[in-house]
Amino acid sequence: MMHLTRDPLDIKDLLAEVQGPERGGTCVFLGTVRTDDDVTAIDYSAYEPMASAEIERILAEAETQWPTARVMLQHRLGEIPVGEPSIAIAAAAPHREEAFAACRYVIEEVKKRLPIWKKELHADGSPTWVESP
Amino acid sequence: MGKVSVRFFARYAELAGCSWSAVNVKTPATVADVIARVREVFPGTKDLPPQPLAALNERQVKLDAQVRDGDEVALLPPLAGG
Repeated sequence: MMHLTRDPLDIKDLLAEVQGPERGGTCVFLGTVRTDDDVTAIDYSAYEPMASAEIERILAEAETQWPTARVMLQHRLGEIPVGEPSIAIAAAAPHREEAFAACRYVIEEVKKRLPIWKKELHADGSPTWVESP
Repeated sequence: MGKVSVRFFARYAELAGCSWSAVNVKTPATVADVIARVREVFPGTKDLPPQPLAALNERQVKLDAQVRDGDEVALLPPLAGG
């Protein structure tokens, strides 16, 4: 599965990557574009090769720390309207503790490490770069 | 002398007026030396912070990291993924 996509995120595809008969707990995190200060959409851009490599590293770290868990993530790029998800993370493990922990680890590391930037697009057409997540 | 690729993203690309370029630096050089050269070549980048985040060959590094001929330095605005 590609970690970066310009298409709407498909949660079913993401779940298919992590679920299995031995994994009884699945946790999904969605980050969704929200309506702040008349924002109508956010335009996401990335340093794509580095972002892909960093995602691979983060997922590998999560699966080292919680060896029974499987974790996958997709981040959408380009213009995303309010209400649609920009990031989806799924973690599945035999029990819920590992699934929640692995999912939480991945989103926190994403926030700290992924070279991805947001430009908010406002109702009046003006753009604003977001420089604090 | 060494030739180093430089990439700018998001607001920094707007400041630089381009998203990709290359600069010549006297080697041995550090990422900080490359950024100093960038400030000379691209006047718009004078508004970059004194110590911007940087990546060398697709990995985030400190500004004292050593740069070699053919390397790629990327200047990264504050990260905002997710």
